[in-house]
Amino acid sequence: MSATGIGASVRRKEDHRFITGAGRYTDDINRPNQAYAYFLRSPHAHATIKTIDTSKASRMPGVLAILTGDDLAADKVGGLICGWMIHSKDGSPMKAGAHPALAQGKVRYVGDHVAVIVADTLAQARDAAEAVAVDYGVLPAVVDTATASKSKTVIHDAAPDNTVFNWHLGNKAETEAAFKAAKHVVKLDIVNNRLAPNPMEPRAAVGFYDKGEDHYTLYTTSQNPHVARLVLSAFIGIAPENKLRVIAPDVGGGFGSKIFIYAEETVCVWASKKVGRPVKWNSDRTEAFLSDAHGRDHVTHAELAIDANGKMLGLRAHTIANLGAYLSTFASSVPTYLYAPLLSGQYNIPAVYAEVDAVYTTTAPVDAYRGAGRPEATFVVERLVEVAARQIGMDPAKFRQMNFVTKFPHQTPVIMMYDAGNYNASMKKALEIADYKGFGKRRRESERRGKLRGIGFSAYIEACGIAPSAAVGSLGAGVGLWESAEVRVNPIGTVEILTGSHSHGQGHETTFAQLVCERLGVSMDAVTIVHGDTDKVQMGMGTYGSRSGAVGMSAISKALDKVIAKGKKVAAYVLEASEKDIDFKDGKFSVKGTDKTLDFGACALQAYIAHKFNGQDLEPGLKEGAFYDPTNFTFPAGVHIAEVEVDPDTGVTEILNWTAVDDFGVVINPMIVEGQVHGGIAQGVGQALLEGVVYDKEGQLVTASYMDYCMPRADNLPSFKVGMTVTACPSNPLGIKGCGEAGAIAAPPAVINAITDAVGHEDVAMPATPKVVWRAAQKALKKMAAE
Amino acid sequence: MAAVSMTVNGHSVTADIDPRTLLVQFIRDNQRLTGTHVGCDTSQCGACVVHVDGKAVKSCTMLALQCDGANVTTIEGLATGGVLHPMQEAFREHHGLQCGFCTPGMIMSAVDIVNRKGNNLDEHTIREELEGNICRCTGYHNIVKAVEAGAKAMAGSGMKHAAE
Amino acid sequence: MYAFTYHRPETVRQAAGLLSRKDDAKLLAGGQTLLPTMKQRLASPGNVVDLGKVAEMKGIERKGRAVVIGAMTTHAEVAGSPVVQEAIPGLAALAGNIGDPHVRNRGTIGGSVANNDPAADYPAACLAMGATIITNKRKIAADDFFQGMFDTALEEGEIITKISFPMPGKAAYMKFPNPASRYALVGVCVAKRGSEVRVAVTGAGASGVFRWAEAEAALAKRFSSKSLEGVKAKAAGLNADIHADAEYRAHLIGVMARRAVDAAVGK
Repeated sequence: MSATGIGASVRRKEDHRFITGAGRYTDDINRPNQAYAYFLRSPHAHATIKTIDTSKASRMPGVLAILTGDDLAADKVGGLICGWMIHSKDGSPMKAGAHPALAQGKVRYVGDHVAVIVADTLAQARDAAEAVAVDYGVLPAVVDTATASKSKTVIHDAAPDNTVFNWHLGNKAETEAAFKAAKHVVKLDIVNNRLAPNPMEPRAAVGFYDKGEDHYTLYTTSQNPHVARLVLSAFIGIAPENKLRVIAPDVGGGFGSKIFIYAEETVCVWASKKVGRPVKWNSDRTEAFLSDAHGRDHVTHAELAIDANGKMLGLRAHTIANLGAYLSTFASSVPTYLYAPLLSGQYNIPAVYAEVDAVYTTTAPVDAYRGAGRPEATFVVERLVEVAARQIGMDPAKFRQMNFVTKFPHQTPVIMMYDAGNYNASMKKALEIADYKGFGKRRRESERRGKLRGIGFSAYIEACGIAPSAAVGSLGAGVGLWESAEVRVNPIGTVEILTGSHSHGQGHETTFAQLVCERLGVSMDAVTIVHGDTDKVQMGMGTYGSRSGAVGMSAISKALDKVIAKGKKVAAYVLEASEKDIDFKDGKFSVKGTDKTLDFGACALQAYIAHKFNGQDLEPGLKEGAFYDPTNFTFPAGVHIAEVEVDPDTGVTEILNWTAVDDFGVVINPMIVEGQVHGGIAQGVGQALLEGVVYDKEGQLVTASYMDYCMPRADNLPSFKVGMTVTACPSNPLGIKGCGEAGAIAAPPAVINAITDAVGHEDVAMPATPKVVWRAAQKALKKMAAE
Repeated sequence: MAAVSMTVNGHSVTADIDPRTLLVQFIRDNQRLTGTHVGCDTSQCGACVVHVDGKAVKSCTMLALQCDGANVTTIEGLATGGVLHPMQEAFREHHGLQCGFCTPGMIMSAVDIVNRKGNNLDEHTIREELEGNICRCTGYHNIVKAVEAGAKAMAGSGMKHAAE
Repeated sequence: MYAFTYHRPETVRQAAGLLSRKDDAKLLAGGQTLLPTMKQRLASPGNVVDLGKVAEMKGIERKGRAVVIGAMTTHAEVAGSPVVQEAIPGLAALAGNIGDPHVRNRGTIGGSVANNDPAADYPAACLAMGATIITNKRKIAADDFFQGMFDTALEEGEIITKISFPMPGKAAYMKFPNPASRYALVGVCVAKRGSEVRVAVTGAGASGVFRWAEAEAALAKRFSSKSLEGVKAKAAGLNADIHADAEYRAHLIGVMARRAVDAAVGK
């Protein structure tokens, strides 16, 4: 392994600008003469808009324009879209209500966009917003996930019972048969709490229109600027692709919430032409809570069937998924194809059946948030498995091990073909690192201090490397999920990599460069990664679903293969040898059996000066592109073990030890991968212990700031023990599985399994805040007193 | 409008500003120093932390006018003569950042912790002292390591109060 | 934030003059509550009177058996003061746990006490330790000062200049922070001075800080956390929100009180 190649913990190239304050985020971009947008948002969860009177506000100082849904409609600007078609059990397509960027006649959640005020300054825009008079006809709110379909209040006429679809997956009859044959059936009711993604950089947009060129530019906080351009062009109709440039510069975290194409950037870029000035919008945190797409929000009843020997026979789940007031960009895929296909977990379960009812409510749209569907599935599986082990009196580690899939490839009953893994290896390593054997002693030590100690497992699996285009197309996706890359070798041998992936914290500028160093033998300094600009990179699908390594880097790898192949042709001319005798290794082309060599840089120069070959036989230049479409999902998997201590007096849960052993396939940069694991665990612990979006009965958002929405802080978390096992992924050229979401998927059930272990019963909901855990501990103490 | 004068990263600056201008707005919009960020509205996230007269403050919760005559140091003023501050180096070395958005505030807070608590910081102290800085990416694991290492490096470099 | 006119007096007298002369004037102390409130347009003073340059309102001094703290003294200064640490260590510890380090560098004792946020820490210390709130006009006993949520005995044009804490024999404050905001979900300050024991509870009460008579009576008999076993705070009249219902808050009052007593006796 070289110091900068695959497997090396190279320090990040991007860090210098971030640690010196020289990063360039969307809000750092200012255009000459820019105006500011402020969105007037609905104060009601559900209301008709009778009238909007802007006459007074329009005359206020600095106001350039006040635009509403009527103006959008007059300009024939289309609504926001949901790009994944789901069909119900009965074959009918999902029932999607219209989603205008500015409300047209009705608002459907607190924070819904009523009008935009564009003014010389933000303060003026905000002042004017207060002078816009909106006459609302207030309607009842529909907030509760479980009962939304039974509400008499209809949110969208297109969905009369507030139901978007009733979908299912798996074989119902076989699963029912499995349950009939079972010795033990474990049943659980689960609420997977709604979360607000909260990247630290709030969303922002700067749109401007060049009259001379008839061309728009949009700077936006996006994980996938090309998808944004595609949607803004092809569906919303802002401008054709050649007239719209979308740039996602440095982006301060995304976690899914910046995949989607939102009202605000749509309106900013559209309004920039209307007012003839650049228009800037920057979300404040409260706006982010109100209008960034939320995550999770499932209500599930799940059951696991087990035979007399402890073998799993079947799993079934009925889930109600809250999609909020409108279908966000990929909302429909999350509780369906990103969820139910993971319900087999790491286990050999012969029969699985899942039903998912997706509902509208008068709350913010719900879409993908780190893990997207897979944390929900993992929570169902790993809670069921832990409870099952307790009920049948088996050690939870052993119970898992005896049901692990051990032969690969493994076809699950729910679509997925697991291609490689060694689940026992991860479990064994995790047990060792966590000192599982010593737990009993540690528990007794806690008891002596009046504390309740518990240990919880989570053996998760996820489907990443999203995703084979034909496969997702057959499941309803509106796009293919390949990735593109272009390798531009400059005449002196420096390299620019243009990628359709987008880095918003993942460190692609480093990791991708390592691949180039490894393959071309150039130095890290000689490589630049170009991303996030539709004028520079032709097309791409962006970064989410732990896909940038497995899919994005595979595209780069493919393009590098082509560069090397072309380089060999050039080298053959220069070294006066046959192309088949040319080898390439460590940055040098050589002729087999001779000492004749040509450095990669020299080869690049020869390719451009083109003196040594006939430009008709071999084209000059050294630049290659590739599109890579994966052949399968990838299946990262691992075991996390949480050890907690509960203070029964206060209900405070302290995480004492965290062990994570993950199999991400081939790892390019262990330092970066471990960082991804840490961050994922923190978000998963956040879901389990701290975070939860709360709406009141009227549909008002109670958790609209950090005063009420509890973000994990440094003192909520321990340092983590991270180990790895490796089975290479056979489905892509680099053997990568992906690591971005693992922690967030694995962590929640590990925490809840540990707390329920500590208190001795299963009645602990997420987030397990001190209030919740105190009640659970009281119940445990009463039980202990009675015994 | 009201006149304000202060020293920002060693440079004297004077401006006529709307009294409601927050220090962070003055730094970002007036001084065009965009390394100081805004991540919340409730003085909790710490992305906006700068030093005023040697003390870490949330620049989103101060009026620029309150800093009249003060000495302000932002992330851009931490490195001297092109040489990174040891705490900046430590964040890079220990992968204490991912998306980079909270990083300037995190580093400014970290330097302040060392100024107050010295160069030998244990994990517990660091975690408690970082209460006013939220990071969504790193899970804090590597930030804690970076602060610990940066604190030690500051002793070695004799740069304890370099931020001022 | 709405527009306002900014004033920077250098004496209490000037500040008081501005406060009474200017329409809709508001004092700006550390600004850690006022500025976020103004940013969210929940407060809209026409005139802001910044006390930051009023030197006479700063500083900490020991006066006989009392510690007198200038209203514009920051939490960090109180926490780090050798005078306070020696005379009333429980007060220094309380100040060192308000907000976060950045808030402590700006927030002031006078601002906190004047605001009387029902989840603030200082009101509990003032009430339990029997502090005297000194204004530009008079001296007010803590028992008379705190009059309900965000409500105090301060009159128009009145400015807190100092707060005097008589030195307790034993005192400590224990806070159970709101997991999100880190304000006190429940905070209990216990103080024993001579034979008198006072227990003040913040964060929990629907009308702000209050004294817990039953606990005071129990502790007056014997100043030990054991005395509080079986003494239960009533849930009626306590706050309920997503973080804690009244019953849980009532329970926490007991736990924090016992822990505060243990801390006060050095356990």
